[in-house]
Amino acid sequence: MSTGTTKLDVVVSDVVPVNELVTRFHFRRRDGELLPTFSGGAHVVVEMRDGDRTRLNPYSLMGSPLDTREYTISVRRDDVGRGGSLFMHRSVKPGLEMVISYPVNLFSLDLRAKKHLMLAGGIGITPFMAQTAQLAGEGGNFELHYTCRTASLGTYADVLRERYDRRIRLYHDDRDERIDLDRLLSTQPLGTHLYVCGPAGMINWVRDRAAALGWPSEAVHFEHFAAPQPGLPFDVTLAISGKTIRVDEQQSLLEAIEAAGVDPPYLCRGGVCGQCETNVISYDGKFIHNDHWLSEEDHRSGCKIMPCVSRFEGRSLVLER
Amino acid sequence: MGITFRKETFRDDFTFRNSPEHIRRFPFPFHEDAYMYAVNIEPHVVGPRGSVLENLIDVDEHYVAEMQDRALVLAEDPLRCQSLPHMTLAGWDLLELLMEQQALGYPEHFTLTRDGDRWRWINRPLGIDDTFTFGDTSTLPYGPMEYITRQSQGDFCILDQRDGNLWMDAGMVTTQADWSLDFDIGMNFFEWHAPVPLAHEKGIFTRALKFLTNIQQGKPARRLNWTMTINPRLDTSPENYHKWGPDRTTVTPENVGDKVHLRVELQSFWRLPRSNGIVFPIRCYLIKMDELVTQPKWARRLHRVIRDLPEELATYKGLTRYRPTLVEWLSKLDDGSATSPGFGPD
Repeated sequence: MSTGTTKLDVVVSDVVPVNELVTRFHFRRRDGELLPTFSGGAHVVVEMRDGDRTRLNPYSLMGSPLDTREYTISVRRDDVGRGGSLFMHRSVKPGLEMVISYPVNLFSLDLRAKKHLMLAGGIGITPFMAQTAQLAGEGGNFELHYTCRTASLGTYADVLRERYDRRIRLYHDDRDERIDLDRLLSTQPLGTHLYVCGPAGMINWVRDRAAALGWPSEAVHFEHFAAPQPGLPFDVTLAISGKTIRVDEQQSLLEAIEAAGVDPPYLCRGGVCGQCETNVISYDGKFIHNDHWLSEEDHRSGCKIMPCVSRFEGRSLVLER
Repeated sequence: MGITFRKETFRDDFTFRNSPEHIRRFPFPFHEDAYMYAVNIEPHVVGPRGSVLENLIDVDEHYVAEMQDRALVLAEDPLRCQSLPHMTLAGWDLLELLMEQQALGYPEHFTLTRDGDRWRWINRPLGIDDTFTFGDTSTLPYGPMEYITRQSQGDFCILDQRDGNLWMDAGMVTTQADWSLDFDIGMNFFEWHAPVPLAHEKGIFTRALKFLTNIQQGKPARRLNWTMTINPRLDTSPENYHKWGPDRTTVTPENVGDKVHLRVELQSFWRLPRSNGIVFPIRCYLIKMDELVTQPKWARRLHRVIRDLPEELATYKGLTRYRPTLVEWLSKLDDGSATSPGFGPD
């Protein structure tokens, strides 16, 4: 099958600053038709053409799945990242024509749940914006616990409170408000499903406590996108295509492979879906694995790498691409 | 120009036939002179005009008769259509898909008009003109899946995706090759495929599941499967085995051409947008040997495939009892000459 998903030609219809770190972007189809329907928790991959560099970053759709006239995403500015969010904040203006992927959902609601218990941290709120809208439309039972640094950085906290009132609980770090997680997890009705999206530390904490308190793993869902991290440049030989390429400091290995005209399959570009898994033919150096897909055994073996998020330091690396 | 729908039966007097045009468009499943399992999945894209792939959801001359046969099966056994409580949203997804595709491919027979949630569906072959509210089950005479699959050829399984697996949580299954929705409902991908021989050892199901859970919206996929059926009977279910099982003992050298049918399933796989489930339509095509051998290439090739089929597969497909009679009959049509590559007739 061909690479990735079907593409959508869109135009930026609005750019709305939400607070000092987060900006919201609205997309409509260039041909004026409706966008594809999606399910709460889905993301799209946004292609950012920044001079001669193309970055592809995944962002959760945060509008209501019931309204497909436009898609909305929220982007948190990351001043020390690889520049994707800075590009979005600085260069993307209303009227700009962009290309995004069809929606893909790797963080789906379990529709069997008697109750949906949602835990969000920071910008991890975005998939829950769509999921709560979907559930509210169907009369679904949900409760959202949202931790943010300060009230002014509580992106969409006001919107959620206004829409869902007491179903939304807020916790502010600067006021020392903390979720009483053990109590929360111990007092849920049978048939509750737990969803968590936020920083890696928060996801690990919630998963660990849920496991310790006897939650079945099938009832615990998490969105664990790792953004590709910058790092030292390195050289790679692509054995099948017979090319040697350099991965720049701010570039992911996958982006460098694509820039050389080789198109491995991908979906999430965040180290979770497994599509771009690549065999290592030989290496002399050290892998920096950042994915959540390969097993620890795979990581130790030196036989596989997820080029969307992982890097390499050393003398030589030969991949089966 | 519309389709001329045949008046015919798939039971009792078995008046089912293919017109000459439908013989030529039959989805013959063998691209070479031998058959073995493979993960033969390809993108489900529109194919040549005049083929069963001309539209992604195919409607043919058997449409009206098949829908009448489905209604008879359901009247006798309502459990052929089941949907677990969490699958209603997926049922609406399927209703949208089938209405859109049938209206797109056959505007002279089907019309869909939408005004927000207010939808009007006209199905001329079945004399239906209904207006309803999308998402509100109280505005349809059946649940959304049952409503639309009483108007769509082929069986439909709706699979819920969770825990890295697919779960058979809803379906309309009345034209099946000896498997039971009522038995399989709620099972996961490995559980419902457990009876298939050889393929587990080859790791086929692990790879197939990985592929299917990654099917993307807007990018459906398809594969062909096949078996054989005695008499053109759509409902060869385990529930009704007592009605069709004994037919296998009735094949004689004189009646092979009329009684023995190649049964081909065009299976497709689609991501559903609202529920994130997968729908798996299994569209059954039947052709009797007398019709099939009007294409000499197909006659030669089918002879070689059936003659050389591994014993386990012949047993699984239920061919054992009449295989020698069939091979003998087909051998007279095989002069040993080469067959051209590809599926189509010469």
